[in-house]
Amino acid sequence: MCAVYHKYLRLDHLPHIWCPGCGNGIVMGAFIRAMEDLKYDQNEVVVVSGIGCSGRISGYLDFNTLHTTHGRALAFATGIKAAEPRLKIFVFMGDGDATAIGGNHLIHACRRNIDMTAIIINNCTFGMTGGQFSPMTPKGKKASTAPYGTVERNFDIPALAQAAGATLVARVGIYQVNLLRELIVKASHHKGFALLEVISQCPVNYGRRNQMGDPAEMLEDQKGIIKSAGLGQGLENYFGQIFQSEQPEFIEEYNKMIVQAQKKGGCDV
Amino acid sequence: MVKPKLMQGNECCALGALAAGVRFFAGYPITPSTEIAEIFSKELPKLGGVFMQMEDEIASLAAVIGASLTGKKAITATSGPGFSLMQENLGFAAVAEVPCVIVNVMRLGPSTGMPTLPAQSDVMQARWGTHGDHSVIALAPSSVKEAFCLTVRAVNLAERYRVPVVLLMDEVIGHLRERVVFQPDEKVVQWERKQCLNPKSSQPFEETADGIPPFFSFGGEYRHHVTGLVHDESGFPTSQREGISRLIRRLHYKITQHLSDIVQVEEFFVDDADVLIIAYGSTARSAQAAVVRAREEGKKAGLLRLITLWPFPEKEVSTAAVNKKAVIVPEMNMGQLALEVARVLPDKNLLFPINRVDGELVTPDEILSVMGRIY
Amino acid sequence: MAKGKHKLHFDREKCKACGICIAFCPANVFTVDIDYCAVISSPDKCTGCRRCELYCPDYCIFVEEDYYG
Ligand SMILES: Cc1ncc(C[n+]2csc(CCOP(=O)(O)OP(=O)(O)O)c2C)c(N)n1
Ligand code: SF4
Ligand code: SF4
Repeated sequence: MCAVYHKYLRLDHLPHIWCPGCGNGIVMGAFIRAMEDLKYDQNEVVVVSGIGCSGRISGYLDFNTLHTTHGRALAFATGIKAAEPRLKIFVFMGDGDATAIGGNHLIHACRRNIDMTAIIINNCTFGMTGGQFSPMTPKGKKASTAPYGTVERNFDIPALAQAAGATLVARVGIYQVNLLRELIVKASHHKGFALLEVISQCPVNYGRRNQMGDPAEMLEDQKGIIKSAGLGQGLENYFGQIFQSEQPEFIEEYNKMIVQAQKKGGCDV
Repeated sequence: MVKPKLMQGNECCALGALAAGVRFFAGYPITPSTEIAEIFSKELPKLGGVFMQMEDEIASLAAVIGASLTGKKAITATSGPGFSLMQENLGFAAVAEVPCVIVNVMRLGPSTGMPTLPAQSDVMQARWGTHGDHSVIALAPSSVKEAFCLTVRAVNLAERYRVPVVLLMDEVIGHLRERVVFQPDEKVVQWERKQCLNPKSSQPFEETADGIPPFFSFGGEYRHHVTGLVHDESGFPTSQREGISRLIRRLHYKITQHLSDIVQVEEFFVDDADVLIIAYGSTARSAQAAVVRAREEGKKAGLLRLITLWPFPEKEVSTAAVNKKAVIVPEMNMGQLALEVARVLPDKNLLFPINRVDGELVTPDEILSVMGRIY
Repeated sequence: MAKGKHKLHFDREKCKACGICIAFCPANVFTVDIDYCAVISSPDKCTGCRRCELYCPDYCIFVEEDYYG
């Protein structure tokens, strides 16, 4: 058996709960390969996840893992990082998790530019609860709560994250497994808040409802979207790294403040 | 600190937490608790600790739980509206057994209510605010100095029992300034969480004799999984009937098995009293004054002051109530803890609640006038 | 069966029959069995591209490159 599976997966908890052809499994595969590249001590890595199908990822990965409450993964992760800055933090969220219930935490984590890698697995739906529409369900697509197609607009996640202050932003499809792996490595090396939007697939609760064919066909479709998007149609349809900048990182700034405070000294206790 | 100092309840609470070893605070400003955050923002950096002002109270408790999972002692402070927002993550801390302290400086009314007026109306919310069967400890200080001591105790209990502990201060105590004296022989004792000594022979959510599993911290030598899903002793989700019930029952009995260590009450002329007052927080101060005046008038009154509100001091209350002609329960709410008192009294007709919900303290006069009517 | 350069490891137990490897293999190494799970029918044709391995959501496949020299 492949060494990377043995090293980074909790094999006794597989097979995972995800449906046949679910994109979550492909993302997790790319993640463990990125871990192979990064070579971190597993005890020094914390994987935090929200609630949803995607949220179950933490249970299968052999690191310190935390499966939090719906939408709040970044807030939990912020506490871990601030309390123990040496730990490497990876946060997995679903699109509902990150952009609906957790939208506030998302923009504030971006704004703080706290050193961690956030990965939004965007399958365009609330998979776990049976395929209701999410803020990321494309307009007109059907969902269990949008039987006539959704009428709502979406976020452009990378644009949102960039505007909110994230310092590395990328969009990548699961079709681009190798690029995904590279971007996870790059995001982790980046000092600051890195956000990857991974366009994934939910063949069961989204694909089926929208006549998108079997998992392989959905993946094939994504290939088409990526190919045509690459032709410079602007940020909205861009795949790959979108933005990177160097900005003061939260922990570093906090530590500078500690030095200042300690110069003044004199605690009352 | 031997010299008497003029201190505020909120200030004592923050300093008590620091003395107890708290090195992480995350919160969101809200009256009447804000001074606590302000003090932490000043003192924690000096101690190399972390102060974080989060985007809301949901994030605040989430960050506190995250910090605690790395082994740090962590606290947050809020008031009603923020406490409501914290409920989901409070349940997470309960089921994942993450030590943390939540200070709720209670203000009046539902919703925004009366931000600057005191109340004691979150007593039931502290116990039952989050969904599902869970365990929690709640303490209520009655003086500024006790705000210090009970914050220390709240931190200690959280660490020892791996539970969220709610410090229910009312606005009166939070904002009260009074003389505080710390005797030279008064030492702050810190309790530490039970650490995992041998990961090979123990599990992160193991059913130990005392009900409290050893703690594995993030960044330690042993990796584990923490989830808000019902889990087995390994920490991974389970759907087996027996495992589910085992966890829920253990969360319960790890507290009920240690009542003698957790529950604290204070008796004031209880033994020979004919009329017993049961009170907590700032209301207990009025109750004590009422007892003193009643005794001066030759009336046998006594006070049982509840320091621990949850788990409810059932045994202490029922013992104190033996042979009493009446039990008066004054509260700044519509009658919350009175429900618990009624539950353990042999005769419900003995109960006389006094309820004030206008933002004023229940006065000794009010208590004495009720006493005069019944005794 | 003629052997190619690369050795394919396949864990039938974990296969959920999603069909991705079958569709994505450029060399038509796979066919399906009666349960629609993947079967390695023509291992000798494997080019070592590892697409099946990287796309399999259930970690059923592992390609040991250049195993047969
Ligand atoms: C506070 C709260 N509200 C609602 C839910 C129910 N719920 C669970 S998962 C989920 C949506 C998941 O969607 P997404 O985040 O996109 O993840 P996916 O399942 O698609 O991976 C919802 C609404 C919950 N667990 N908690
Ligand atoms: S419901 Fe959708 S997202 Fe959830 S496991 Fe199934 S395919 Fe994946
Ligand atoms: S990709 Fe994996 S799970 Fe899907 S059919 Fe192939 S081997 Fe089976």
